Amino acid sequence: MTVSKISGLVVAGMVIGVINGFFGGGGGMICVPALLLLGLKNKEAQATAILIMLPISIASAIVYYSNGFVDWWTVLFVAIGSIFGGIVGAYLLKKLSNNVLQYIFAVVVLSAGIRMLF
Amino acid sequence: MAWYFLVLAGLFGGLVGGMGMGGGTLLIPILTMFLGVEQHLAQAINLLVFIPTGLIAVLIHAKNKLLDFKVFGIIIIPAIATAVGSALLVGEIKSDTLRIIFGAFLIIIGLFELYQAINTTIKNKRKINTPIIKHNLYSRFSRDF
Repeated sequence: MTVSKISGLVVAGMVIGVINGFFGGGGGMICVPALLLLGLKNKEAQATAILIMLPISIASAIVYYSNGFVDWWTVLFVAIGSIFGGIVGAYLLKKLSNNVLQYIFAVVVLSAGIRMLF
Repeated sequence: MAWYFLVLAGLFGGLVGGMGMGGGTLLIPILTMFLGVEQHLAQAINLLVFIPTGLIAVLIHAKNKLLDFKVFGIIIIPAIATAVGSALLVGEIKSDTLRIIFGAFLIIIGLFELYQAINTTIKNKRKINTPIIKHNLYSRFSRDF
């Protein structure tokens, strides 16, 4: 691996860590394009991004927990929904047009962001 | 707060995440805007909820040999260090302020996604156009001769 690729990975790691620790998410959305830029193939980038996000999320969650920001009952109910949703989502992905979904997602995220600002 | 609303929020976040888009970036605003969950709590929920789902996904990807452990080994140390640092910092920030910063972050992510969506549309159009041209040339060719 070249020096420039290693330094690219270190910088990417630092940015992803800052984002995920600060916002409690969103690191993966930066991780995938960063890995693609650094030469990984599409599927490898997506899979490796999850592997990277896992320990980062565990480390951040420990800090949030030690700061008293965890309510286990809420976590449990959301997790139950999320696991089922994840399975259905992965199934639906094969059926729906990815591009249309991208537009819907972009618009929903943008409107949520604007709503949160004001 | 009724438990089924929480399950519903998780279901929606998981659905979006399962489709390969940022499930967490949507789960957090759903929890804060519609269910009145405090911003820090919502962020912690998202981190914790990702762990079981992420674990299952990683096991599947490992089986399919899609994981690049070299890249992981280099990226993970600086990533964990800054993640812990910023998670400590976020504990010092007031809920309302954090909510506004998170809103700004969502707008940036939304614009980035919009840019990527437009790029995909352009690429798809090119892909569709190429075979049509080939087909036209071919049909003209066969008609003439």
